[in-house]
Amino acid sequence: MSDSKKLIVAVAGQPNSGKSTIFNMLTGARQHVANYPGVTVEKKTGSFRLKEDRVELIDLPGTHSLTSYTQEERIARDFLLNERPAVVVNVVDASNLERNLYLTFQLAEMEIPLVVNLNMMDVAEKRGQKIDIENLSRQLGAPVVPTVGNRGKGKKELKEAILATSKEQQATSFQIDYGETLEPALNSLEKVLSEDTGFSARYPLRWLAVKLMENDKEAQRLVREYSKKRGIILRLAEEKREAFARDQGGSPEKIIAVRRHQEAQRIVETCVTCRKDIPGTLTDRIDQVVCNRYMGPIILAATIYLIYELAIVQGYNITAYTWPVLAWSRDLIASLLPSEGFISDPFFRSMPLWVTDGTIAVLNYVPIFLILFALIAILEDTGYMARMAFILDRIFRYFGLHGQSVLPMVIGGLYVGGCAIPGVMACRAMKDEKARIATIMIVPLMNCLAKVPFYVLLIGIFFTAYKGVAMFFIATITIIIALSVAKILSLTVLRKKESAPFVMDMPPYHLPTIRGVLGRCLERTWLFVKKIITIVIVVSVIVYVLIYFPGISKERKSCYMNQADQAIQTFFKKIGKDNPYAPLLAGDKSTSFATYWGDYKKARMGAKGKEAKESIDQNFREKNFEFFKIVKRGKYTVEGKAIKDKYAARIYKAYKKLDKKRNRLRREQKEETIINSFMGRAGRFMEPLTKWAGFNWRINIALMSAFAAKESSVATLGGIYQSRPGEKEETLEKRMKEKEKGWTALHVLAIMLFMAMYPPCIPTLLMVRLETGSTKWMLFATFYPIVLGIIIAVLVFTGGNLLGLSGMQAMIAFYILALIFLVLMGLIKEEPEFT
Amino acid sequence: MTLDAMKPGQECEILDITAEGIVGQRLMDMGFIPGARVKMVRNAPLVDPVEFLMKGCHISLRHSEAKKVEVKPL
Repeated sequence: MSDSKKLIVAVAGQPNSGKSTIFNMLTGARQHVANYPGVTVEKKTGSFRLKEDRVELIDLPGTHSLTSYTQEERIARDFLLNERPAVVVNVVDASNLERNLYLTFQLAEMEIPLVVNLNMMDVAEKRGQKIDIENLSRQLGAPVVPTVGNRGKGKKELKEAILATSKEQQATSFQIDYGETLEPALNSLEKVLSEDTGFSARYPLRWLAVKLMENDKEAQRLVREYSKKRGIILRLAEEKREAFARDQGGSPEKIIAVRRHQEAQRIVETCVTCRKDIPGTLTDRIDQVVCNRYMGPIILAATIYLIYELAIVQGYNITAYTWPVLAWSRDLIASLLPSEGFISDPFFRSMPLWVTDGTIAVLNYVPIFLILFALIAILEDTGYMARMAFILDRIFRYFGLHGQSVLPMVIGGLYVGGCAIPGVMACRAMKDEKARIATIMIVPLMNCLAKVPFYVLLIGIFFTAYKGVAMFFIATITIIIALSVAKILSLTVLRKKESAPFVMDMPPYHLPTIRGVLGRCLERTWLFVKKIITIVIVVSVIVYVLIYFPGISKERKSCYMNQADQAIQTFFKKIGKDNPYAPLLAGDKSTSFATYWGDYKKARMGAKGKEAKESIDQNFREKNFEFFKIVKRGKYTVEGKAIKDKYAARIYKAYKKLDKKRNRLRREQKEETIINSFMGRAGRFMEPLTKWAGFNWRINIALMSAFAAKESSVATLGGIYQSRPGEKEETLEKRMKEKEKGWTALHVLAIMLFMAMYPPCIPTLLMVRLETGSTKWMLFATFYPIVLGIIIAVLVFTGGNLLGLSGMQAMIAFYILALIFLVLMGLIKEEPEFT
Repeated sequence: MTLDAMKPGQECEILDITAEGIVGQRLMDMGFIPGARVKMVRNAPLVDPVEFLMKGCHISLRHSEAKKVEVKPL
């Protein structure tokens, strides 16, 4: 035998039993999070050493029971059935023993070696409950270990119990007596099941018999697929069920549940003393306010506002501090790449930089994610999440959603500014599969931070007089549309999805631990960063190709080159042959000067105050004194003496012109490249169609480029609407207005609404894929918003034109229409179908 | 009488669960079984759902689910 054995140990328990605290206590930092195969339920694994053995600890989903009705229960059950862990640690809330034992019995029935962990002993003691541990252990036929998980108490004892139980390999002997009405049926089923020896070696027979009597679909499937006696067994089970229903006037599962609860009650009565009912606990008193008819909604609104303010607003402020770090790393990467050309950069410079820009645009939001995830963890741990669902369920249910849908929507940008990525991730806590998918589908319709600059730009041009109204319109119309969409989805594509009845635990309030909150927040952020970055890189390469290829013709290229050469020649003519600085700028050296020039300008622009400027000067002076003379226009000091250098001054003047010309050539060439690119062609190709929505090809390109990241839409517009040679540099607003003289507010309204419905960005789509576990849903989330956006844009633009409405009139008309539609959708009754 | 008709503060004993399948199983798993005593705590601000207290645990149900529980007021 080898010295080191791998022991598989599972942690099972009901929600709110402190299961994850125990998991953390046992494994420490060595944890790994993944999903159970094919589903979106989180699978946490960790490992630790136990004497000479290595233990692999698996955290099973928290469930009240082990039926086959919900995904989580199926996962927990399948794991126990198929992986046959050496030990199962059943975490039990000691202060709530009776209810927790209900699951313990079902675990014991699966014939697995159990260690019962009485957690939260401190709470039980505080409530004046004394638990006779020895008696409990004797009755359950399993070791019982008390712990206080969040203080690490009982860790050693728990590990010892795991080790001892794993050595014995004894399945827990505890059995529930289901009474004379059911036991004979169970016995005869067990007997038939045992006749197929291959099958009976694999599965716990009594458990199967109980499940067959409960009419459990998964148990029936196991028999059908793996037992040779399938016909006899299933027929017998059916007969016994029918006979029971006839004789007892009720279903077997009712008696089974009742017997389990009765047994739990009996054990608690014999093992727990001094069980006083505590009238008016702190939780009750808090709930009197928090769930109050008037105070409840106010506190809820305040909480939501606080989350928004702390995570989105303050988080965004923090990015001002983290951005320089990202910018610095971008500069570092830039310095490692081939240097830039005069008017066009080499592929191996521009492509990696494009990818870098896309990546840091997403990384820039990490502070927001950190705060958000921490706040969500606090909401979950305190128990307030359940109260939010309790208060809001009524409204959201009208639209096929759940009370829990509000949080993802707030994070996604319920008003203005959010992020769909953590919004989609926050859907994970929802148990109702149908409502969860509906929520995931509508979260991207909220107004994320990246959409805001686009709105601000367009509103600034065409709704100048009604800026506030227009912003309010766009912020609230998205909610109206999103709720209608959710209802439509739940009536159509989601009709057959698994829905869970609303039977919700309202756990006692609980102070979250710093460790728990921080751990979860870092874990989720890390998961996000890891998953997203790789994909963003791949996708941005593809988008780069679409935007920059096939490029412009050779003739046009040489035309630009000629212009550039001319500009350079003019420069040298202007500075004069005898200029002593000329050799410094000849040939390859010109690029290093160009970099120096650019860096100096950038540094000076960012500097505030005289001192900062002086220190920058000192810095650049030390870097390259000759270049420094030029950028200072020939005015500098040597050993305290002021010098006026006319050669340097002349170079400064000529170079400034050259630089301007160069920038213009670069932009023009870029514009031509984009127009000529695959995406540019697609934009023009679609114009005949999109003109009904009021989009010309320029807007088409900008909208398409937003797909990589919405931030880029404004940047692309900036690229397309450039100043012409000889024109003064104007703001983008003015340039757009200049170029699109034919535009009305109606055009802009249509564009804004399309942007509001815009498909999720790539990272969000990735999260959708991850959280729904299906590529189909990801594709659906991509295409339905496009179709919806086009329908809405055409409706507003063409409809508005036909009726001769102004932008504001169309806005109001559309708003009213959408509201009416929403109310109608809400009125459609949807009978929940439970399978 | 069914559970959804209870008034805040009222207590009752469960007589039967009339729901089948997942709803029935969920209710029974949470402790809604014949013989159990339940106290109606409060309605949500918009009336639905309803919060109940049972053996020290707070559980909320929608009216549509509570309708499936037959009770006898105490």
